[in-house]
Amino acid sequence: MPTTHTLDIANAGGSSMLLDIKNLDVTFGAGDNPFRAVAGVDLQVAPGEIVGIVGESGSGKSVTMLAAMGLIDAPGRVTADRLSFAGRDLLTMKPREKRAIVGAEISMIFQDAQTSLNPAYAVGDQLLETLAEHQNLKGAAARARVLELLEQVEIPDAKSRLSAYPHQLSGGMSQRVMIAMAIACNPKLLIADEPTTALDVTVQAQIMELLVNLQRQNNMGLILITHDLAVVAEVAQRVVVMYAGEVVEQSPVPDIFNTPRHPYTQALLCSIPEHSKGAERLATLSGVVPGRYDRPKGCLLSPRCPYVQPVCHNEHPLLEATHRGSARCFFALDDAGRPSHG
Amino acid sequence: MIQFLLKRLGVVIPTFLGITVLAFALIHVIPGDPVLVMLGERNIDPTYYREAMHRLGLDLPLWQQYLHYLGNLLQGDLGTSIKTNIPVLQEFLALFPATLELSLAAMGFALVFGLAAGIVAAVKRGTVVDHTVMGAALTGYSMPIFWWGLILIMVVSVHLGLTPVSGRIDIEYDIAPITGLMLIDTLISGEPGAFVSALEHLILPAIVLGTIPLAVIARMTRSAMLEVLREDYIRTARAKGLSRSRVILKHALRNALMPVVTVIGLQVGTMLAGAVLTETIFSWPGIGKWLIDAIGARDYPVVQGGILLIASMIILVNLLVDLLYGVINPRIRHAR
Repeated sequence: MPTTHTLDIANAGGSSMLLDIKNLDVTFGAGDNPFRAVAGVDLQVAPGEIVGIVGESGSGKSVTMLAAMGLIDAPGRVTADRLSFAGRDLLTMKPREKRAIVGAEISMIFQDAQTSLNPAYAVGDQLLETLAEHQNLKGAAARARVLELLEQVEIPDAKSRLSAYPHQLSGGMSQRVMIAMAIACNPKLLIADEPTTALDVTVQAQIMELLVNLQRQNNMGLILITHDLAVVAEVAQRVVVMYAGEVVEQSPVPDIFNTPRHPYTQALLCSIPEHSKGAERLATLSGVVPGRYDRPKGCLLSPRCPYVQPVCHNEHPLLEATHRGSARCFFALDDAGRPSHG
Repeated sequence: MIQFLLKRLGVVIPTFLGITVLAFALIHVIPGDPVLVMLGERNIDPTYYREAMHRLGLDLPLWQQYLHYLGNLLQGDLGTSIKTNIPVLQEFLALFPATLELSLAAMGFALVFGLAAGIVAAVKRGTVVDHTVMGAALTGYSMPIFWWGLILIMVVSVHLGLTPVSGRIDIEYDIAPITGLMLIDTLISGEPGAFVSALEHLILPAIVLGTIPLAVIARMTRSAMLEVLREDYIRTARAKGLSRSRVILKHALRNALMPVVTVIGLQVGTMLAGAVLTETIFSWPGIGKWLIDAIGARDYPVVQGGILLIASMIILVNLLVDLLYGVINPRIRHAR
């Protein structure tokens, strides 16, 4: 029988964690059939740590982070046993207090930078707004700081970009502006939601490098939401794998790539070309992430899992400790990548 | 920018010509003529009638009359009123400020309440507030102006005695027309009672005239806001930690204004048409009432000139709206 396990990392105590989420639920739709887009998610991020969150589209990665930022609107509902940032409880905090943190101490950048900037205002104005809101910085001092930020994100000819409008910038340039906006108040935590997905491959690398450099310089926590496992392998210290709104595995970086414990993680890794050298076709997992109306009763992966057993169809597995992380599987894979039922 | 303006003006000239043809044709289609109306329809001396028609140039074939009219128009001559013998332009300029004041007040009323209602409905989408506001807007939009005006007069003026029934100001005040806008003239006159009286006279007609534009603006604002509120940059604005009102009023509204401004431009036309009815109901001495009287008297030059001048107003306003797009939306500004 599965038993409840508390993760080692959670035992380290909420207060030392930058972001501490315990049992987070995000539910959409009211009435008889509400949809739990995120169910029972635990997530901790230490100061200065880079955590990768990976999973297919619809796995709840972004929703989890939007919930942490307080950006889930009614009728969406957010509940959690704990949702704290730097020791402060975000759940019970007054909206005004929360707004002082969001955008200043925690900030977020998004997938499509070009549509994430307001088309009606010049880039400089949008940056100034953040400074005015959180640091009460105005006038010449604010403008100087904006220039400094634009230079920090390596925008060439920063001065002339101040009066540019978003439609005059390329995708990569827009994302740099977004990053400048996000780091304007020296945040302790930066959440990057697929920051490079909408960009050209060459630009992707530049933006990733910029993010990692900024992370190091400012010693920020960085949550990197992506479906690019290669990027995660390169920059992250820890990976959280999500599937259908749940955390299915989390583990330090070398482990998750060398010895994945969850069949889903293993399947994700097999879909990376570099991991399947010599194979004629890339391995794929058949089917799609279950939606609102086709949730399986037992393990959410059971319809797609290559190692599925009768119990998987009937009972829902819990997140259990593994060697250095945790996985949500009755038959967690061994070091050779075989399920433990043999 | 200048190229854009020239392109626009190129469209304006044929539009004007079309309007002169229409105005000319329509008024002549109506049975009767100015002489008949003036003399009464019975027992007219046929000789005198022919003489009068000849004097007015109304005995010529229609196409000749039209060319004559057009020729005068090109020299800036809108003609002279058959009834009063005063140049059409002079009459128009004397009466237009009253209509302008009424229209501005009505548009101001429509804008303030229409935008507010639309924003609230969008933000509270799907709630009782939304349904109430949109239901009210639909009702307002469907309301016949003359009926709405009469109801308001009956309830507010007659029953409750809150506002005067008609006119622009109480008879006891004699205000010299400086700007022609009664609110401003009464302020200049320094008589506080006169200003209050002018305001009281203005409220009901402004509400009546502003109701339809208000409803249209509210509905358009709501749908534009709903679309904009789903945009990524709204999420960004919220992720910046901005207050809800700032997100809505600064980031969303500016982007939602484009379609609203278009509608406002179009509503100016509707409003000038509505002004004709509203002014008649409230005995408001503006061009609406002037035009109605002129139609009754078959005062051809007044009707033709009045329609042409109103049409120019509408064209001008819509030209301004086009220019406004550029101010609101930098993408359009730069595309030019």
